[in-house]
Order: sequence, then C-alpha cells, then structure tokens
Amino acid sequence: MTRANSRALAEAFADGPAFVPYLVAGDPDCESSKAYVEALVRGGADVVELGLPFSEPIAEGPTIQSAIARALESGMTPERFFEFVADLDVDVPLVCMTYYNLVYQYGREETGEPGPEPFVRRAAEVGIEGFVVPDLPAEEAGPLRDACDEYGLDLVFVVAPTTRGERLERIMEQVSGYVYVQARLGTTGARSDVSRATDESLDRLREYDVPKAVGFGISTGDHAERIVAGGADGVIVGSALIDVVADGVENDDPTAEVAARLEEKARELKAGTRRGATASGARSERT
Amino acid sequence: MSTETDGKFGEYGGQYVPEALMPAIEELEDAYERYVLENEDGFMDEFRRRLREFGGRPTSLQRVDRLSERYDREVYLKREDLVHGGAHKLNNALGQVLLAKYMGKERIIAETGAGQHGTATAMACAHLDLDCEVYMGHHDINRQRPNVFRMRINGAEVNPVTVGRGTLKEAISETLRDWATNVEDTHYVIGSVVGPHPFPAMVRDFQSVISEEAREQIRERAGRLPDSVLACAGGGSNTMGAFAEFTDDRDVSLVAVEAGGSSLDVDEDRGVAPNSASLSTGTEGVLHGARTRVLQDTDGQIMESHSVSAGLDYAGVGPELAHLVDAGRVTAVNVDDDDALEAFHRLSQTEGIIPALESAHALGYLEAVAGPDADEGDELGDLVVVNLSGRGDKDLETVIEETHERGIANAPDMDVFTGGLQ
Ligand SMILES: Cc1ncc(COP(=O)(O)O)c(C=O)c1O
Repeated sequence: MTRANSRALAEAFADGPAFVPYLVAGDPDCESSKAYVEALVRGGADVVELGLPFSEPIAEGPTIQSAIARALESGMTPERFFEFVADLDVDVPLVCMTYYNLVYQYGREETGEPGPEPFVRRAAEVGIEGFVVPDLPAEEAGPLRDACDEYGLDLVFVVAPTTRGERLERIMEQVSGYVYVQARLGTTGARSDVSRATDESLDRLREYDVPKAVGFGISTGDHAERIVAGGADGVIVGSALIDVVADGVENDDPTAEVAARLEEKARELKAGTRRGATASGARSERT
Repeated sequence: MSTETDGKFGEYGGQYVPEALMPAIEELEDAYERYVLENEDGFMDEFRRRLREFGGRPTSLQRVDRLSERYDREVYLKREDLVHGGAHKLNNALGQVLLAKYMGKERIIAETGAGQHGTATAMACAHLDLDCEVYMGHHDINRQRPNVFRMRINGAEVNPVTVGRGTLKEAISETLRDWATNVEDTHYVIGSVVGPHPFPAMVRDFQSVISEEAREQIRERAGRLPDSVLACAGGGSNTMGAFAEFTDDRDVSLVAVEAGGSSLDVDEDRGVAPNSASLSTGTEGVLHGARTRVLQDTDGQIMESHSVSAGLDYAGVGPELAHLVDAGRVTAVNVDDDDALEAFHRLSQTEGIIPALESAHALGYLEAVAGPDADEGDELGDLVVVNLSGRGDKDLETVIEETHERGIANAPDMDVFTGGLQ
C-alpha cells in the first residue's frame, strides 16, 4: 500500500476523477490571484496546485515562466505565499508546487543552516496538504520526505515518459498523495493534442495503488475526458488556465471578468473528467 | 586528493533535476564510468589523439620575462589560449562530443556565456559530424559577437535566450529545458564543472589535461613544483583543470580568482549582486542541478550576477571547487572589473599576448598582491603558474569600449579611427 499522509488529498481522489488546476500564486498580484483560485474552486476544482515562484524554473515552458516572472515582479516571496494560502477561502486541499532551493532556504536565518523542515512546518501551519518539487528527484528527496512524514503532508513525485524499471519502483516507494504523470517530454505548456506517451505511462503505473494525475499539455475538456477514460484518476491543468490570466493582463481586463472566464474554463475541464469517468466506468464493467 | 563519493563533494553536488532527465543522467553516468574512467573501446586514447591532432595539445608553459621581473619571482603561463578555438573549453567540448558519439546520440546542445564553450562545441561537432544547437543569452550575444559568427560559420544553430538579464544563468536553464524535451536522442554538453553529477567530475577529468601537462612542464623547467597555481573561476572548469593534478601536492597553494565585478555588495531589493563572486560571498544553495555556493537572496531566489567578462558572469560555481574552498585546500579571491581590464592591457603590451577577459582576472590578482602598489609580503611564493585560460580576440570590442568609458589608465587610444571611436 502506498503512503497517504493527508486525508483531505486522499478524499479528493476517492470519489471520482479529480480536476487539479495549477496557478502561480501572486500572478499578476495577490488580490487577483486569490480571486482566480476561488473561481477555479467554484468551477469544480477538487485540488489546487499553487505555484510558489522561483527565479530559475527549469521545468517550465514559456507560459508558466511568464506567470512566474509576473508573480515575482508583484513581490511574491515564500512568506507572502504562506500568508496568501492562509487567507484563501476555499475548501479543497492545496498542494504547493515549487523548486527545491526555496524549500531548502526557508527559515535559514533562524536555524543557521539550510534544510526543508521549517518550510514544511510553516506549510502545515497554513493548511497546505502536499508538495510537488520538480527539480527534486527521489534520490535527493530524503530530508523533505522525512519532514513531510513528520507533519503529515504528502510528497508528490513526477513520473516521466522516460521513467521505467528500477527508477519507477524507487519513486513509487517514496510517493504519497498522488503521482504526477508527466504526459509528454519537455516543459509545461498547453498543447492541442493528447500524447501517446500518456497511455503508455498509465499502463506502466496500473499496478500501483496510488492516484494517478496526468499533467503537461492538457488544455481542453476533451483532453481531460480522453485522459480519464484512459485510466487516470485526475488531470492537472496549468498553462491553459494561465493563458486566460495572461490574456487578462494583456488586455487590462477587470479581475472579476478574468475570474469568470477561469470559472467557465474550469467547468469545461471538470465536465470532461466526468465524461471520461463514465467512459472508463462503462469499459471496466464490460471487462 | 579525490574529493568525490557518490556524486557528492562533501555536502555539495548531487542531482537536482527534473525526473524526465534522470534516466539520461544515469545513462551518462554509466558511459562516463565505462568510456572515461575505464577507457572502454579505447575512448580515452581516441580523445587524447584528437586533442593532439585537432586541438593542438600539448600547450606550452611559458615563462613570461617581464612579468617575472615586475613581480620579482618566476611567473609562468599555462598557454590554454593556444588550444584550437582559443580557450581551454575545447578540452571538455571535444571529450563530451566524442562521448556522445560513443553513446549513439544524434544531436548536441550546449549553453554558452562568453561564446567560447559554444564555439568549442560547434567546432567539435563539425569535426565529429554531429548536429549542434547553442543557447546564448541576448546580452552575451551582443558582447561576444565574434564567437557568434564562429559558431554560425561552423554550422551550429545559435538560439538567443531573452528571459532575465540574458546571460549564462538563463542560457543554462534554457538548455536544460531543451534537454528535457529531446532527451532521447540529445546530449547536453555542459560547459563547466557545474550541473548534476556526473558533469562536475566528468568535465574536471576532461580538463585535467591542463594540470597534467603543467605539472610535468614546470618540473622540467624549474626542477620543482610551483609554490602556487592561479586560475580564474566562473563555473570553474579551467580552475579545476589547472588544480586537479596539484590537489595532492599540499605545498602548492591553489588560488581561484573570481570576478569581483563592480562591488562585492549585494542589492537585496533588486535581487542583484554586482559581481560573480559566489565562492567569496555566496551561500549554500541549489542551482542548475547541484548543491553548491550561489548568489541568492535570503529567500533563496537566485540573484542576477555581473562581470565585465561574460564567461565569469554566473551566480553559481562548481560543487567540487566550493568544497575545496570550504576544506581550505583552495583559496578564493576576487578581482574587480577595472583591475581585470588593466591586466588585460598589461599582458597585451608587455608580453604580446592578448588574454581573454576571464583570464585577465587571474593576472589582475598577481598585480594586486605583488605589483608595485601592493603591500609587502604576499603568499604566492617564488614560483607561480597562472592558467591563461583563453585568448582575448572575442573581447576586443568590449574591452575597447569599457576601457574608454572607465578611463583605464594603460589602455591605448583609438584615435586612428577617423572621428574617434564611435
Ligand atoms: C577563456 C575563458 N576562461 C574562463 C572561463 C570561465 O569558465 P570556467 O570557470 O568554467 O573555466 C571562460 C568561460 O567562458 C572562458 O571563455
């Protein structure tokens, strides 16, 4: 049995496939960003991944890089991120997505040396349920894994199309909450098709008893439907939503208008996951 | 002194990269062990042969007479500027491109700051018939134009990176992104002793030829080992290359000269460190795949670095070098922009060698501690080897412009151009 520290996360995946949107906290400013997260939850989000912006986002494509730049420009810091989370008025589990150096440095001024414990402690305090740290492979994750276990948080790992054999097993021993199935090679960014690598990855993961959420490139309800029908327990959507935020910034649209568009996009994606569940339910009944 | 166990140098090193890259990194570790460490299929023999025939090795160790007189000691230069392409960078680029070929990769990508590594990689790819794409920050493209021409002429694509300040840091991030996308058929030829394991160890091994030769040569010439070895340090590949074979020689002091830029102070609010002195002023952090010393703010955001020399302009440094500094084996010092520019002109005028701006930092340190204006009693000793990592042809435009603007005293005027220098 795989680990599950956060009950809220486990429950979010328990009744039907989960729609998991991602936004960068503080993009383009804290107030709008808060309204956007709340809109996504109204639109049907089951879990929200919130990006804490790092200056060297090596796993991101241009869309999320720009969002990160806007958030940093608006003054987002780890401490403001925690305050932002504490202020959010939503009733779904929140997962923090960031890069290891920010996790590693937090609280260093008090403790005198870097390490992940103070970050995890503070995250637990404000109600974060788990982490995704894309530049932290299983080999380097020991200290963060321990801190997560201490505070009852989950540590999500990415499984890439290139992850096989022993590596896959090593990751599956460490993962908790859900596994982030990277739908295709490359960086984040909205795409107009669903990649075959996704089906192959889901096949490799079928024997593992942990929720499988697919991300990278999903941009429409139809993609979400296909991916859930293919066996995923959730879909993670980032760039397609951030495109809506970026358009709002470009056209100087009022926050409420952008929030309404995000809510509508969330409904489309959530409806897609529901349709996918019906399809995959029908198929498993037949077999 | 082997400082490496399991990809770590003390606390530094490691593999902090996206999962998509890990299988490729494991494959590279395996290839490094087999071909480089065990010479499987005669890889190292072929590498050495190509370094001689294509690369022009061994390079000379030259006593510089007028500098020896000026500093009242024996000063030798290890002439890496004479390597094909004009810098030590080819030692590593040729090694990695050849390794990629042995691994069956079809495409090479690389980042470049000064353009020297990009140029070396482009040359090695043309020589060994592989496709090559180089990522380079837009700021560096403008200040190192000759190298952009060279890369294009050798058949490489040059992809401008426009995010951030557009220097080496951004170029490395963008090359990592390309690698994560095309990992199955592509090898990333990283340009310094940075990045995830096994890059720091492997690049050091390819560059160690510098100190292998220098150690032999100085014994032949001077009958003994040097008192000190000086090398500039950006990521630290010429540095580790010049130090590697001396680290066990406890009486040889090893001095890494970083770019002091315009100031060692840090502007936390703007997130800018007007220097590239990560060994002298940085703190432990994780950047570009490794735990090392980095220029960062208290939150852990990486700072924008600065140096007049593009090749040193980087917020991180190789993990092994950081470890050797912590362990007290290597001394980290720094030289600012103005002193490096002055040293550039001094070597050009007194010895007939135009150094790379990067290498000029190492020379600047000699002037600072042993020059006519220095305090008595430096610790470099009577026999000093300076690694002249590259030649300065790529820097001429920058140097002329910067020395003019800053009023560097020993710079030649350019009145010969009608109407002055535009
Ligand atoms: C001539 C020369 N020296 C030194 C460097 C700095 O790199 P490293 O510190 O890896 O030797 C560069 C980088 O471009 C260079 O071109």
